[in-house]
Amino acid sequence: MDQELVLELPNDIRSIEHAVEYVTRHCSSCGDHARRLNLNFRVGLTEALSNAMLYGNGSDPKKRVRVEVTVGVEEVSVRVTDQGVGFDPETVPDPTLPGNISKTGGRGIFLMKALMDEVQFNERGNAVTLVLRFEGKASV
Amino acid sequence: MGFQVSKSNEVMVIDVEGQLIVGNRQELKQKVLDELEKGERKFVVNFSETGYIDSSGLGVLVSLSKKISEQDGELRLASLNEDLRTLFELTKLDTLFTIVDTREEALEGL
Repeated sequence: MDQELVLELPNDIRSIEHAVEYVTRHCSSCGDHARRLNLNFRVGLTEALSNAMLYGNGSDPKKRVRVEVTVGVEEVSVRVTDQGVGFDPETVPDPTLPGNISKTGGRGIFLMKALMDEVQFNERGNAVTLVLRFEGKASV
Repeated sequence: MGFQVSKSNEVMVIDVEGQLIVGNRQELKQKVLDELEKGERKFVVNFSETGYIDSSGLGVLVSLSKKISEQDGELRLASLNEDLRTLFELTKLDTLFTIVDTREEALEGL
């Protein structure tokens, strides 16, 4: 049976670490998959939350970020929604191209895609759904 | 949790305890820049007590590497566990940094 959790976070990057720990602890049935949770899930969710707060919500302290978590037998799914106007994730350049490696930013979406099994943006571009399968095929 | 700064001979060592992520990256940046301003030029960031790093944390390390290089200094990264090394390899940042296995190895020859 799936477990569900919904959080409404303030648009404050200092809340991210605690939120990630809270959501990870909620995933009690994932105990046999510690490595994928400790690295893939934590980093993937951190990226989604920081993108939502910094870029989606434009660091506006009046806005909020909604986090919806579903823990199933075979996977954990998290939908992160901001209150911004959205963006086109396809316009973000590949940070591993030779000319981009030494740039200080632009790795967030790349890491999400590399670490999670599915990364799906909604049409407006203000919500992202991350899926991590416990026997996943992400590159890590 | 946080960043512990110590000096070993002429090398500034910053131990990252906990996470290096968007919420605390500026604290690390400021600590290193303060030491750079004081004239320190050799830096080791030690990750033996680090949980995970996000893209903002990676970005601040890139930024610090540039600023230290501009001052003819050197930055080495030490004690990355397998997970943390994976992040550097995925992003190809392992080609940008000097990464060594231990804090002691990082201090040698600096």
